[in-house]
Amino acid sequence: MARLRLATVWLGGCSGCHMSFLDMDEYLIDLAEIAEVVFSPLVDSKQYPEGVDVVLVEGAVCNVEHLEMIRRVRANSRILISFGDCAVTGNVSAIRNVQGGALPVLERAYVELSDPSGGIPSPSDIVPKLLDRVLPVHAVVKVDTFLPGCPPSGPMIRTALEKVLTGEPIDLMEHHLSFGGYGRPKGSEHLPASPSSSQSHS
Amino acid sequence: MGQRIVIDPVTRIEGHAKITLHLNDDHTVADARFHVTEFRGFERFCEGRPLWEMPGLTARICGICPVSHLMASAKAGDAILSVRIPPAAEKLRRLMNLGQIVQSHALSFFHLSGPDLLLGFDSDPAARNVFGLAQADRETARGGIRLRQFGQEIIEFLGGKKIHPDWCVPGGVREALSDSAREHIKQRISEAIETVRSALDLIKGLLERYPEEVTSFGHFPTLYLGLVAQDGSWEHYDGQLRIINADGTVLAETSDAGDSLELLGESVQPDSYLKSPYYRPLGLTDGMYRVGPLARLNLCERMGSPLADAELIEYRQRGGRIVSSSFFYHYARLVEILACIEQIDALLDDPDLNATHLRAQAGINAQEGVGVSEAPRGTLFHHYTVDEHGLIRSVNLIIATGQNNLAMNAAMLQIARHWIKGPQIPEGVLNRLEAGIRAFDPCLSCSTHAIGQMPILLQLIAPDGSVLDEVQRA
Repeated sequence: MARLRLATVWLGGCSGCHMSFLDMDEYLIDLAEIAEVVFSPLVDSKQYPEGVDVVLVEGAVCNVEHLEMIRRVRANSRILISFGDCAVTGNVSAIRNVQGGALPVLERAYVELSDPSGGIPSPSDIVPKLLDRVLPVHAVVKVDTFLPGCPPSGPMIRTALEKVLTGEPIDLMEHHLSFGGYGRPKGSEHLPASPSSSQSHS
Repeated sequence: MGQRIVIDPVTRIEGHAKITLHLNDDHTVADARFHVTEFRGFERFCEGRPLWEMPGLTARICGICPVSHLMASAKAGDAILSVRIPPAAEKLRRLMNLGQIVQSHALSFFHLSGPDLLLGFDSDPAARNVFGLAQADRETARGGIRLRQFGQEIIEFLGGKKIHPDWCVPGGVREALSDSAREHIKQRISEAIETVRSALDLIKGLLERYPEEVTSFGHFPTLYLGLVAQDGSWEHYDGQLRIINADGTVLAETSDAGDSLELLGESVQPDSYLKSPYYRPLGLTDGMYRVGPLARLNLCERMGSPLADAELIEYRQRGGRIVSSSFFYHYARLVEILACIEQIDALLDDPDLNATHLRAQAGINAQEGVGVSEAPRGTLFHHYTVDEHGLIRSVNLIIATGQNNLAMNAAMLQIARHWIKGPQIPEGVLNRLEAGIRAFDPCLSCSTHAIGQMPILLQLIAPDGSVLDEVQRA
């Protein structure tokens, strides 16, 4: 059986969701057997390819390159998963929306607190223009599944991927559906991460 | 006008970036530039927030090194409360920071750079990644994954989650380490040491296998900046800020975090969201400095634990007392991982960790505070001013990766000039430019939230790299 074509995309966010993806630890070795990661910040492809089965999208849509990217991602992917709170709600990346757009934020960083003023990097084909409103992914394209959390935990991402890779619907537990949450049952935050769970799959 | 080549995006780094190459008509390299294309604007939207919220909020700057922001932010908060935190709290913070350095360095070596180093810079790009490494060399990949997990588990045991634990607070920490967690970490020490020692054997072989990369991936004299302990040994959490030149002469040293900010200037280029700090007394051209593992190993006199001390001696036999090849960042990272594991092991036996007093209680006693800590990639500064109620008035962050920006650009030019020989540029050569960036392990999530209240130099640079105009703040 051909390996599933999996992609991960990083828009405007902190990479915490991708780090949590890596927190699946040794399951990554199993994943390499059943899925081919065809596009990701972790691999070397430069162009988002056609015919992707599943894509995890981290981050909010913050600049014109993100906008172009997410449209291409949607057109070329069967299942698009909104991956973490920035993708799901805009989260921290969208706090700047209440400041009145991109310019005040840029001015503070590059003009008001620098001297001489006028040093905002110039939007071009190299440096993308910021959008005035940071948008969650589903405000731009259709999203198939949402994985909330800041970030969603490694075990939660693994649960979701195992289902989607076998063609089952992702049916999240109640404790997964919390913004900023740990994606774990209540009261289990301080349980030691179980090394046995990863060993059983190695 | 010659040819322009854009590498977009730069892959297997932690952030959004491009590289441009400008070639002359005769296909020689006119210029090579590293551009950061992301900007989020934290410094503005932190204003008005309570001081108490800052560690948890600024941790969201970066999912790769959230703990670094927890440390620097909480330390700025300690300064504003004007307290000395309980000894147990300091040791627990140190423990978490050590876990963070281990996980981040393991990520850099095994997950991001490992595919170049172990599969080859010219290997098939479709498989040149951690998943390809897992299929080509399962045990090395597994070792790296488990080493990163070891660091992440320390963070989780202390803070409740691996990424963005809201655990450090102004005045101390929220919770101690449980006995069962201590036991679990203890049991994993020997495996972690074995893994890093195997990796050290690997990197020593790679120095021989890649002599051209060693001499072209950013091999030049610069200044170096970072923390050292009072006794001159390697330090990651607190201590003296030291700046040395390429000969190892100390140019400045201070234990006052506020003073250290005066030493740094910051230039702005129109083609990147990332600014470029420099050592202000020497100006932009001569003030280029490097931070991070390479700098810290150049700055310190010893690592302070037996296995790492022995490795440092061998490291210096191979690279010199002051190591100037950026390729050695990989090697330095592994020596640091070893030092971290030894220090974690020692801390776990420290009876102070059993203390229950973990937080100094105080109100707002100063309206300005600077927190400095060593992040995996280098020295991180958080500088806040607050009103009398502790609401943030201004935020100034100086991030490790920005401080390497000038050196990363210089490395790009060196690599391009060394490897580009004609009109045809093989994929493996373009990958070497990216690999040169990966050696620095830039963290661009972090770096594009920095702002400067420092002296600024604005430069207008022509396509041939010449400076057309510059303006400097008096």
